[in-house]
Amino acid sequence: MPSDPSPDAAALVAEHVLEFPGGYTRTTGPVIGRFLTELRDRRIVGVRTASGRVLVPPLEYDPDTGEPVTGEFPEVGPAGTVQSWAWVSAPRPGHPLDRPFAWALVRLDGADTALVHAVDAGTVKAMRPGLRVRPRWRPDGERTGHVTDIACFVPEVTTMAAPVRAAYRVRPGRSLARFLEGVRDGVFLGGRCPECDKVYVPYRTSCPACGSVIEEEVTLPDTGTVTTFAINNLPDPRAPQVPFVSAYIMLDGADVPMIALLGDVPAHEVRQGMRVRAVWLPPEERTLSMTAVRWFAPTGEPDAEL
Amino acid sequence: MGERCAVIGVGQTRYQTRRRDVSIAGLVREAALRALDDAGLTFGDIDAVVLGKAPDLFEGVMMPEAYLADALGAAGKPVTRVHTAGSVGGSTALVGASLIQSGVHERVLVVAFEKQSESNATWALSTHLPFTASLVVGAGGYFAPHIREYIRRSGAPDHIGTLVAVKDRRNALKNPYAHLRIPGITRELVEATPMLWEPIRYLETCPSSDGACAMVLAAEHKVTGTPAWVHGAAMRSEPIFRAGRDMVDPRGGRDCAADVYRQAGVTDPRREIDVAEVYVPFSWYEPMWLENLGFAGAGEGWKLTEAGATALDGDIPWNASGGVLSANPIGASGLIRFAEAAQQVRGLAGEHQVDGARRALGHAYGGGAQFFAMWMVGSDRP
Ligand SMILES: [Zn+2]
Repeated sequence: MPSDPSPDAAALVAEHVLEFPGGYTRTTGPVIGRFLTELRDRRIVGVRTASGRVLVPPLEYDPDTGEPVTGEFPEVGPAGTVQSWAWVSAPRPGHPLDRPFAWALVRLDGADTALVHAVDAGTVKAMRPGLRVRPRWRPDGERTGHVTDIACFVPEVTTMAAPVRAAYRVRPGRSLARFLEGVRDGVFLGGRCPECDKVYVPYRTSCPACGSVIEEEVTLPDTGTVTTFAINNLPDPRAPQVPFVSAYIMLDGADVPMIALLGDVPAHEVRQGMRVRAVWLPPEERTLSMTAVRWFAPTGEPDAEL
Repeated sequence: MGERCAVIGVGQTRYQTRRRDVSIAGLVREAALRALDDAGLTFGDIDAVVLGKAPDLFEGVMMPEAYLADALGAAGKPVTRVHTAGSVGGSTALVGASLIQSGVHERVLVVAFEKQSESNATWALSTHLPFTASLVVGAGGYFAPHIREYIRRSGAPDHIGTLVAVKDRRNALKNPYAHLRIPGITRELVEATPMLWEPIRYLETCPSSDGACAMVLAAEHKVTGTPAWVHGAAMRSEPIFRAGRDMVDPRGGRDCAADVYRQAGVTDPRREIDVAEVYVPFSWYEPMWLENLGFAGAGEGWKLTEAGATALDGDIPWNASGGVLSANPIGASGLIRFAEAAQQVRGLAGEHQVDGARRALGHAYGGGAQFFAMWMVGSDRP
């Protein structure tokens, strides 16, 4: 048994490249040659066997029978269907693409066998058996009669972006503007219908029940009762945390509830009938916007009867 | 009511999360061709087309009725678009029926669809206007407080919602068009899913679906095959905020039901109706609508659910098809209820057929429970 090599010898390493100078030549023969000639002209052909099958890529001899294939070269594709695939998340230097891609077996339309090629799908999520793909050709002048004349396959177009954007200038109506003035000043303004004798808040100039014009403005207190609520377990940019409580709050003296955020109370301690008061931003931070009200918080009074 | 009207053809697509293989036009056409095929007709036999869907903002296709006229064989014919929020599918059928009942047309194609995968309904329902302070809560966040109030008022035990969630999904297993298929679903499974908008759990909500539904409606002298006759039809609306408005038991729903029952000669809906397809997008809306539609007294709806009365083998099956809880292409969901009611009285509901169903209710609601559409269909000519 030889003794262990010395540490110096164990560290010996060298690159060694085995490459025939100028590259091997490969004589195509008539069948493969026809296939590559057609590729150079951006066409994909297969070859028909005596039994009628179309082999793509073509073979010179029918693998089922060992007989020569016929001289018939039907055009196939260019679209095809992915049968199976393997995802390459870290492409190597010799790979056809420098970004993640799939090696796939693609059966071109009209073919009875599948061709191995790269599919530039962008993301592994786009890959699935049955995916329809089409060749991305190398440009004219760069095709040489080689299977890489097809740079890769790409999925067919099945969706498109539909950018729809409508930009508005929003000006609050007279009644909303009046209500927002109140909010800026730390009060809720409502209106009383002269026919129904009901107080609507936010302030509005017509009654949703009877259609009467509302002229009487009513200043409501910032206290009220939670009539009902939801505990939301989905995030909201305005909510201080998840879960957060959105509540129907009947302000004292109002006849319709407002929907608002509840704060300063754990979600599961909120009750129907709970007495609450608005928590306002400091006056200097308020603007003509409902954001002047941070949320409503419990007053600590006994619950109201519903 | 005027001329008699009947459903003579029904077509549905298989509801699913994404129909990647078809455009919106391809989707509606699939349902339309199936309805025509069921009626033994072609587009050439149709006098007018009525199209329903939820807000245009859902897919971002403005005035889809114009784009879809070709797909629905409507060139040169009257095309009407209907939009009444979630109840739109029901309203679409009713607008179509009114064109027959008024004697204006003899054969009308009604179609409704939604392709929810092209966008996001919660986004479209939460367009934050400046100056206001709306919350991103979606439909679930809107309806959860009303469910909470129902539970408080009625004293219903907590598990009623899960019973509905299980029952409708079990029914869905018998419906080849249903979207959600959860074999072996149990109360425990539903209760193990997270609360999204308490008291609504994940599996107590409807899915988000792509799909379309279509019906061919005909005047009496054009009726062919097995008809479902329209015995009563009504719509009602109410403002979302009105002083004293009862959001648990909305007056619009009560009035709409009363109108339909009066037209159909029904005085005891639980006894006289054989099967109901009712818009229940959140499980608790079954007991709530049982009361609103007069199948049970105030505070008693949940007892019917608990006793199994609304199950497929109960005395008044609700949502034998699996309902909205099992498939929700929003704009189409109301029309599906109306179509499933028709299939029941035609005896063509398949595996979820209620034996001997002769009278069926189709129901849809929308907005903040403020738009209602209902019809009663029967196997007997009215
Ligand atoms: Zn009034």
